[in-house]
Amino acid sequence: MAEARPLEVREILVNMGPQHPSTHGVFRMVLWVDGERIVRVEPHIGYLHRGSEKLCEGETYLQIPTLFDRLDYLSNFNNELAFCLAVEKLMGLEVPERAAYVRVILCELNRIASHLMFYAAFGLDVGAMTPSMYAFRERERIQQVFEAVSGARMMHDYFRVGGLRQPPPDDFKERVQRLLPLLEKGINECDTLLTHNEVFLARTRGIGKISPQEAIAWGMTGPCLRACGVPYDIRAVEPYSLYDRFDFAIPVGAQGDCWDRYMVRVEEMRQSIHIIRQALQQMPEEGPVLTPGARRLPRPPKGEVYVRTENPRGELGVYLVSDGSERPYRVKIRAPSFANLQALPVLMRDCYVADAVVILGSLDIVLGDVDR
Amino acid sequence: MSDVPKARPGSPHPAGGHGGAGSPERLDAKGQALKGLLPEVLPAFHSHISVALDEVVLTVPPERLVEVCFTLRDDPRTRFDFLRCLSVVDYVTYLEVVYHLWSMEKRHKMVVKVQVPPEAPQVPSVTGVWKGADWFEREGHDLYGVVFTGHPNLAPLLLWEGFPGYPGRKSYPFHNYTEW
Amino acid sequence: MPEIAVLAFVAGVVLAFGLFSTLAIALVPVLGSGWGWGIGMGTAAVAGTVVVLLLTVAGLGLQALAYIGGLFALVTFLSLVTFALVWLERKYLGRLQQRLGPTRVGPFGLLQPVADAVKLLLKEDIVPAWADRVVFWVAPLIAFVPAFMVWVTVPFSRDLVLRNLDLGLLYVVAFSVVGITGLLVAGWGSANKYGVLGSLRSAAQLISYEIPLIVVALTIAMLAGTLNLVEIVERQRPIYALVQPLGLFLFLLAGLAEVGRTPFDIYHAESEIVGGPFVEYSGAHWAAFYLAEYVNTFLVAALTTLLFLGGWKGPLLPPVVWFLLKTFGVVVVMFWFRGTFPRLRIDQLMALGWQMLVPLSFLTLLLTGVALYYRWPWWGLSLASTAVLVGVGWLVHQQASRQRPVLRLIPAREVRSAG
Repeated sequence: MAEARPLEVREILVNMGPQHPSTHGVFRMVLWVDGERIVRVEPHIGYLHRGSEKLCEGETYLQIPTLFDRLDYLSNFNNELAFCLAVEKLMGLEVPERAAYVRVILCELNRIASHLMFYAAFGLDVGAMTPSMYAFRERERIQQVFEAVSGARMMHDYFRVGGLRQPPPDDFKERVQRLLPLLEKGINECDTLLTHNEVFLARTRGIGKISPQEAIAWGMTGPCLRACGVPYDIRAVEPYSLYDRFDFAIPVGAQGDCWDRYMVRVEEMRQSIHIIRQALQQMPEEGPVLTPGARRLPRPPKGEVYVRTENPRGELGVYLVSDGSERPYRVKIRAPSFANLQALPVLMRDCYVADAVVILGSLDIVLGDVDR
Repeated sequence: MSDVPKARPGSPHPAGGHGGAGSPERLDAKGQALKGLLPEVLPAFHSHISVALDEVVLTVPPERLVEVCFTLRDDPRTRFDFLRCLSVVDYVTYLEVVYHLWSMEKRHKMVVKVQVPPEAPQVPSVTGVWKGADWFEREGHDLYGVVFTGHPNLAPLLLWEGFPGYPGRKSYPFHNYTEW
Repeated sequence: MPEIAVLAFVAGVVLAFGLFSTLAIALVPVLGSGWGWGIGMGTAAVAGTVVVLLLTVAGLGLQALAYIGGLFALVTFLSLVTFALVWLERKYLGRLQQRLGPTRVGPFGLLQPVADAVKLLLKEDIVPAWADRVVFWVAPLIAFVPAFMVWVTVPFSRDLVLRNLDLGLLYVVAFSVVGITGLLVAGWGSANKYGVLGSLRSAAQLISYEIPLIVVALTIAMLAGTLNLVEIVERQRPIYALVQPLGLFLFLLAGLAEVGRTPFDIYHAESEIVGGPFVEYSGAHWAAFYLAEYVNTFLVAALTTLLFLGGWKGPLLPPVVWFLLKTFGVVVVMFWFRGTFPRLRIDQLMALGWQMLVPLSFLTLLLTGVALYYRWPWWGLSLASTAVLVGVGWLVHQQASRQRPVLRLIPAREVRSAG
């Protein structure tokens, strides 16, 4: 009788390629799979690399906000704010109160819009179609306000060094005030639909855990870090713009799993509404929106500065090196999604193929940010 | 717009190198405290400390980098456990690798800088100190050609394999560039 | 004998599809998908019809033409039902999601399914280069033909049934299992890793969930004392949903899993496995799978109505209308599940099936047996069944709420001052 040969077992290589309904943009994940279990994951990025940092060196300070809009294309105002703050810090400019308040309101609205987008995409990743429709309805309301203010629903190019490009429309305050209760209701609806759903809990609880020490070592920031239990929010720890005048809470998770990352973002939306309310109350009715005497084309003195802001995805850092001319010498963009995505192999230890999609969705990456 | 953005007229080091002339010192209380603390933690580098706007800057030679980073991370007085950002700046005559550090516990920040010649840009990798340096170093290598010795996997990250040249460097042309 | 009519129908169908496949395989690459499929279907339909007619008339005489008419009426009806279901699902899901659903094609978007069908038939037929051609072509048919053949014995009212077999329930259950092979074969024949993964998942899922389905069907047969579907409805006094609510719950869940609807649609989830076994299928091939899925959905709903909801019984309206109303009601509940729930991961799905549904279905069997042996009144079994259902629900709720995660909200000023 012939000698029995041992059964040869090999891992399958599954390529979740650049084109895939769930990779949140052009992102490639190569998975080595043993049956349903993932043995190894290798992320490949760079499909959306447009050389933004190099482009910044060739553009004037007036032209760069448009580039920054397109980095994390879901939180345009926050990106513009980071850049404008960097230049203003280098120049020692004081932004007028009214402009600063409008900036904060728009950034927080953008945070809500970005988190709604996360909610929609996460719902789809888990298999629920309905949450995405509900979330986009609320997002639509916010984008209409954006269109009224800047003329564009997404790539606004509204913030300038020293303030805003133009004053907001006369009914800006009323529009936002009318919007807030609708948003609250919408967010509560979204919450009811998904958060404590048993199937959703089964799909996200305990999946993709990371400990706070590991998260800090890997440079994770934003909701991903707060989900691990670290109450690090730049708006509270190192307040920029006017954030030290507002009273808000920081949602912090316990386990650092997908559900915590999801829940921190949902709760952050509510806190953003709280901040906007306070900002609307405190905002001066009249006032310039650009620093008086500021040149249209800023020329910061020689020097370097690193400014960090709390983007919806984490810490957006801008390291600006100026040589005194109207074009920067070097702009380094510390993108939150870039740092968060590095830890993907750590998050995907011992999980199933179906979990891979959920974990990636819970990180909430935007490829424009990752690749710049 | 000229083809290659050279050093601007009148400034050999466009940003003044060690954050020197041009930007006033604007250190806050924590920054002042750190500036006083650093010579105690790292007595050998007493003379390499400077200030750039509101950051305390420590310039170290490449071969001492990893040792300094370990000290900064593990010393209970500094506890820099978070690597914020790792950037590479091309100053034409030298390449500068800039590390922005933050301490979650102590809530102070600082900058560590390393300068290497552009022909042989070798910097030891700090992935052993902070795991989060991984992709930042890969990107630095990809775009600037800095070789981080000791990095587990220095494969191209943002550019495709076989991309000619280092696009981040000032010598890489903006225009007059044929791709195909 | 009417059995001969059924046999002739089967022969005719098999011949028609065989002819259709051969012609399509031959003609589509030459003439393009529209003409190829059209000629294939036309010739097959004509040839099949002729053969069936000849066989039946030869075997039975002209009276058998009535049976043949019934068979074709059934197939037409099922196709119309599929159209209706497609439209209903899209409109209903749209409404659940705060949007309108199809509105452009025809009034209220009623012609949308027709537009979809035409589009699918005219699409380019792509067969992957490495695919096993025969297997690739045959797979949709293996999934599609049994879905239609089951309907021969499903009654729409006491007299509206093609052939009321005494073993009706067994026939239905047996044939619905055959379709699973089609999915397995589809994934393998596609020469695609996603396809194979999807096939494996679907095989595991569908076979596992057959067990609670069959066991619950068995308990109904025990209660009614017969496998004849018409008799089961006639003997439902009161309706078995009241007698065995646990059975209804299990049957509905198992049925959802059999059809592959959310929350059990992981094997063809677009967002992960990009279509699973169907990933390489386009155009008319895919339409066959799609059609089979909807016919099966309607079948599960029809079975629920027959076995649990009293079939066509009801006051005032004609029985057929009641049957259709109840079936569409169950269908709407299935669509409602789809709009609400995320999908379960394959191991959670299997755990649910084997650790919850299978033991519960055997418990139902035990309860029914005890109730029948000791001649309990119907409400005795009803109470026991409800008690088990409520108990299980309570346990699950306890389990879930014990692990209910909690988020902390730390005020910013605390964080600021802690520094």
